[in-house]
Amino acid sequence: MTEEIIIAGFGGQGVLSMGKILAYSGIMQDQEVSWMPSYGPEMRGGTANVTVILSDEKISSPYLKIVDTAIILNQQSMDKFEESIKPGGILIYDPNGITAHPTRTDIKIFQIEGTKLASDMGNKKIFNMIILGGYLKLKPIVKLENVIEGLKKSISERYHDLIPLNVEAITMGINNIVPYKVEDHMFQN
Amino acid sequence: MEVSNIIKAENQVFCKSKLMTDTALSYCPGCGHGTAHNLTMEVIDEMGISEETIGVAPVGCSVLAYDFMNIDMTQAAHGRAPAVATAISRLWPEKYVFTYQGDGDLAAIGTAETIHACNRGENIVIIFVNNGIYGMTGGQMAPTTLEGMKSSTSPYGRDIETMGSPLKITELIANLPGVYYVTRHAVHTHKHARKAKKAIQKAFENTRLKKGISFIEIVSNCNSGWKMTPLESNIWMEENMFPYFPLGDIKVGGILKK
Amino acid sequence: MRSMTELKLMKGNEALAEAAIRAGVDGYFGYPITPQTEIIEYLMTERPEKRTGMVVLQAESEIAAINMVYGAASTGKKAMTSSSSPGISLKLEGISYLAGAELPAVIVNVVRGGPGLGTIQPSQADYFQSVKGGGHGDYKLYVLAPASVQEMSDFVEDAFDIAFKYRAPVLILSDGLIGQMMEKVILKPQKQRMTNEELIEKYGDWAVTGRKGRERNIITSLDLKSEKMEARVHRLMKKYEQMEKEDLRFEKINCDDAEYLIVAYGSSARISQKAVQLGRAKGIKVGLLRPITLFPYPKQALFELADQVKGILSVELNAGQMVEDVRLSVEHKVPVEHFGRTGGIIHTPEEILEALEQKIIKNGSIKHHKSRESSIL
Repeated sequence: MTEEIIIAGFGGQGVLSMGKILAYSGIMQDQEVSWMPSYGPEMRGGTANVTVILSDEKISSPYLKIVDTAIILNQQSMDKFEESIKPGGILIYDPNGITAHPTRTDIKIFQIEGTKLASDMGNKKIFNMIILGGYLKLKPIVKLENVIEGLKKSISERYHDLIPLNVEAITMGINNIVPYKVEDHMFQN
Repeated sequence: MEVSNIIKAENQVFCKSKLMTDTALSYCPGCGHGTAHNLTMEVIDEMGISEETIGVAPVGCSVLAYDFMNIDMTQAAHGRAPAVATAISRLWPEKYVFTYQGDGDLAAIGTAETIHACNRGENIVIIFVNNGIYGMTGGQMAPTTLEGMKSSTSPYGRDIETMGSPLKITELIANLPGVYYVTRHAVHTHKHARKAKKAIQKAFENTRLKKGISFIEIVSNCNSGWKMTPLESNIWMEENMFPYFPLGDIKVGGILKK
Repeated sequence: MRSMTELKLMKGNEALAEAAIRAGVDGYFGYPITPQTEIIEYLMTERPEKRTGMVVLQAESEIAAINMVYGAASTGKKAMTSSSSPGISLKLEGISYLAGAELPAVIVNVVRGGPGLGTIQPSQADYFQSVKGGGHGDYKLYVLAPASVQEMSDFVEDAFDIAFKYRAPVLILSDGLIGQMMEKVILKPQKQRMTNEELIEKYGDWAVTGRKGRERNIITSLDLKSEKMEARVHRLMKKYEQMEKEDLRFEKINCDDAEYLIVAYGSSARISQKAVQLGRAKGIKVGLLRPITLFPYPKQALFELADQVKGILSVELNAGQMVEDVRLSVEHKVPVEHFGRTGGIIHTPEEILEALEQKIIKNGSIKHHKSRESSIL
């Protein structure tokens, strides 16, 4: 099994840390992992993205043009990465702030109202965990208990009391990801 | 009285320090470097710390200081001696570490290293020999070259308008909080040399007490670079250098002198 | 306790910093510059002065930092610095002094794009600077090029072993991709810092530590007598010859039946490995030669492979630098072309395969290629 994912959005949305939790979860189940971020000033308020690979085999290139799954969290990233998905691959996006919705018909597209759900839950910081939950519903490549272990590893011990909230957010994501059919919206775009 | 009656061990007033090697000095006759070397070695010998001392030689006339000083020494790139000494002192806090630098090395190319080592208050001694010129390369203008003074790169005299004023780096250093002891001396007469030696002694004592930076400027001559006889150069130094670079203590025990 | 080996998820830069503490390094002297700043940040956060007594100091400049390394190395201690391309340019004077004075030290370059201020994104444009000298005078650096986070960790100790074996500076040539990415890394157990007595016992009593019980030691790169200076240069050249004989490192991947060859190091080697997989899936028999040391360079291995393959593509994140060494090594036996992106753009595996097909396979029948231009996409 090899899963190649790109997560892209604004700096501050938790893009990099979501990738890190996924990578840690992979380690917890003995997989090879790589996490390759965009870095530099573009992270400060601009766009941020990270390529995460989980595999049962040694990973060659940590940097990819074509991925299995893209998680897209702003319009700029939609413009840039919709084309990067393999035919038959998955695109997950939060419609919040998206003006030009995806148009590809050779991939599976899903929506998750992460921004709205996080706001409803009263904590904007768990946004990325909701998105992660949605992803895991579609691709249960890592077990929830390993995600919790991954969380423990990637956040400092001071915040371990927030783990139940994070789990709640993941569950929220699992329950709220919905398919998006390009055909249904063809004439709206 | 016969000469043989005078030349006796008990009558000897000055001699070469035991810590100076027998290698012939590469300095011009009349230059102050030899005396400054000798005084430094006398202090290290008398304090019994020759096996615990690491010296850092600069680039400039005193680049070969390690040929003359019989102690462990390393030779630094131009201006970088305070950075080199910083690391040695940090890794060997129980040792005595000193740099021996000229004005071009310390006050021009190495200004940043000088200021920052001083500002961090490294526990080292800096011996700064200021003769207002680049001696080794043949008499070019230094940061401390006086106004109107001729050199091969200020052949019509240092013009303040275009070349800036002579840099009083010692006064600048004295204002930094990490600096414990700053003093300015000369070595061209017995009297001056004795005072300079006391200052060097105090500086190494400060290292023993882990007081931080001890900075000793020695205003010296460069008879070759100044195109004078040794005697003329010493008189010129007294008349021109001393008014601009006045001798005496500038900071003692961490407190600036008025 | 940190005495056991540990599995962690770390950035390349962090893994290198942790490895420095665990290898028993005595002193690190650095200055912030993207994309390697995590190294000094990690070290400052980890309080190595408490863990091992290691000294970590933020210098006032890259110049001061390399000269601090010179000072520490003069006393026989294990000292290192790290920087990225523009900062390494500033350090080159000090690196030349280290080579001239025959001092052991480790320098890390997490390369970014240039020239000038360039870009903070990954690049391999410092190949020439690293393997062809860089600073003034007749010297070379032993250059290790890590291609994974694990190697960022492992190469620290390897680099110090070489540095002390030869009393010579060693360069770890990484880049923004390897420095910034996270992977699994197995950390080695903590080693104690060596005592002065152990250092002398193992490496000899050459350092300046205060001349207790011996004649004085002098560290210098200066010899005003030409014959002595020439003898020093010859001594350096002997070391480099010995490095070529004893400490060359490279890796061959899918080369046994290869008809075409990619040569790449560091991050480009990782990406090229995927290109090899993609090529093999298409039925193209392509292999990868990955130099692990850039000096010494796997000249002989390349020379021999040139009898087997129809053409070679040198893949580098630059405008064509290592390709010159590939051409020198194969002595015109087969066509050698360059492919690489610059400006901080990272070539994709697909791009590399396409370049191989267009530049090498298409021209595979031409024995002596006419065009030497290494075109940039």
